[in-house]
Amino acid sequence: MSVFQQVLIGPLKDIGSNPAFFGEVVIGGILAGMLYSLVALGFVLIFKASGVFNFAQGVMVLFAALTLVGLIERGAGVWVALAATALVMIVLAFAIERAVLRPLVNQPQIILFMATIGLNFFLEGFGEMLWGANVKKLDVGIPDRSFMAAGMQINQLELSAGGIAAILVVVLAIFFQKTRIGRALRAVADDHEAALSIGIPLKTIWVVVWSVAGLVAIVAGIMWGAKSGVQFSLSLIALKALPVLILGGFESVPGAIVGGLIIGVGEKIGEVYWGPLVGGAIENWFAYVLALAFLLIRPQGLFGEKIIERV
Amino acid sequence: MIYREAGQFKTTYAADQAIFPILQDRIFVALAVVGAFVIPVRFANEYWLQAVLIPFLIYALAALGLNLLTGYAGQLSLGTGGFMAVGAYSAFKLASAFPALNIVLVFLLSGLVAALVGVVFGIPSLRIKGFYLAVATLAAQFFLIWLFNKVGWFVNYAPSGTITAPPRTVFGVMVTGPDAAAGARYVAALAFVAVFALIAKNLVRGRVGRSWMAIRDRDIAAEIIGVRPLRTKLLAFAISSFYCGIAGAELVFLYLGSAETLAFDINLSFLVLFMVIIGGLGSVLGSFLGAAFIVLVPIFLTNVPHTVGLNLPVALAKQIELMIFGGLILFFLIVEPHGLARLWQITKEKLRLWPFPH
Repeated sequence: MSVFQQVLIGPLKDIGSNPAFFGEVVIGGILAGMLYSLVALGFVLIFKASGVFNFAQGVMVLFAALTLVGLIERGAGVWVALAATALVMIVLAFAIERAVLRPLVNQPQIILFMATIGLNFFLEGFGEMLWGANVKKLDVGIPDRSFMAAGMQINQLELSAGGIAAILVVVLAIFFQKTRIGRALRAVADDHEAALSIGIPLKTIWVVVWSVAGLVAIVAGIMWGAKSGVQFSLSLIALKALPVLILGGFESVPGAIVGGLIIGVGEKIGEVYWGPLVGGAIENWFAYVLALAFLLIRPQGLFGEKIIERV
Repeated sequence: MIYREAGQFKTTYAADQAIFPILQDRIFVALAVVGAFVIPVRFANEYWLQAVLIPFLIYALAALGLNLLTGYAGQLSLGTGGFMAVGAYSAFKLASAFPALNIVLVFLLSGLVAALVGVVFGIPSLRIKGFYLAVATLAAQFFLIWLFNKVGWFVNYAPSGTITAPPRTVFGVMVTGPDAAAGARYVAALAFVAVFALIAKNLVRGRVGRSWMAIRDRDIAAEIIGVRPLRTKLLAFAISSFYCGIAGAELVFLYLGSAETLAFDINLSFLVLFMVIIGGLGSVLGSFLGAAFIVLVPIFLTNVPHTVGLNLPVALAKQIELMIFGGLILFFLIVEPHGLARLWQITKEKLRLWPFPH
């Protein structure tokens, strides 16, 4: 009875007694979730178009942030540095297509996945060699102050992160739905061979998706970097994006967003209200267990395509 | 010429089904095993034993375990570090709770505990597969490490949170603890690896291994011809975790001496996975080759600049090491997706005809 009360009643009573604080926790969770979504979005884009599970997405975030900070430190203006970083990520996309993807065409997915793990290590060493490994402060002029609204403390930085993530999603949606390249991307995602047969160049498409994923990585890198400094641990958020993907489904852009929000909010609420019962720090694994429990009920994720198997 | 099996006729079924059907292989393996037991103990110095050979053997055992699961049964796992931690912590608990228990028995029992945990975390594999399963095994990795960090019982409430290997003897020779000689620890590790490699080799060519491969290649078809997926997959998780658990216990007891959970973090999982990929998925020999490669490359990379008179700063050397490491993984995947074991097979084919290839 007391265990039941501790686990179920106690935390709920806490929530009820201080709704403003609960609101703060939820908003904090939503904003953290937005950032997870940004990373997950990069995964989804590449997976949709090429079926490659890009483990290096987290390091691409780190690499983009490192490049941006390095350029700003060397006296470049914020916008110049941004443009240069974007260019670097596009060049990187070309290099990856040429050096990694093209020789591995027609290999099983698992081999490509391993290749991106190798890429992960390579980029990590490369980025740190170019720009140094110490923690850097990233400041692109986003205000980082807190204000009160309806009795809740809200951080401006987190708010603008949410805003930018929302804008990015809208832009991506328009890009996918309305432009010529976006249509080609969707065609490739649907059926490689059919897309090839009507004359869509697969290689160009790959470069485009990896570039777009690189640009998304820049945005994610700016947000995370402004929040907690540019450092190696940035690449670890890639691991946090994995449960997000599982929840949302590997093929779905809206899934990445919704999954990120669920994981972000669930993680924060779990940590604040249930964490103390088991000694805290459950944020590390809570997302995975949540995703795991979810997988048992719906193996293809919230928005994933139903898996139909044939022999 | 060297590898020509002409003239080696098999007149019994037993001979036809031998582990090493070719005479040259039998001689080579026998020589290698005897050599591995005798030569390093006599001639290798402390540094070689401690820095190269002991970690190589332990990683080889872990890679063997993961190879059974990922290479043979096709279930991708990123939870190896967690399962190794289970082995290490249960060995520590068993050794401190029952001081009279033989250390070999402690290792085997801790392997069993790891197998049990592996089965629990293998249950999702019945419904999910591929990348989804890989992420699910990450849950095992993070949850187990967190558990060992948080619950003081696992470390006997040591304030430092570390587990240390108690001194224990086998046949009157000290093999674990601070006073154990490197040679003795080497022989202990080697004995374990030799026995378990033999068991693995026999497992994968028997009924169990074949049902694993059937599940790996096409699970629905395997089910139709009568392979039970539930039993087969869970058995793969159990045996793989058993191997990993023993490797984890050895890692602390025979190699590190003392460790905390940091030694078993996600990087260890990736390291063992690389050994399996670079060595060759679905190959017992590949596990050894991959482990040797991963153990030797960092040592090579740290020593080469010194010998040519180049003094790189530590940070730079570390970064270059990462780059070369990543580059090599890419290189091997592109050139030979089947790993070092496949290269060895090609060499063998060449050696059959050498020196008259036409």
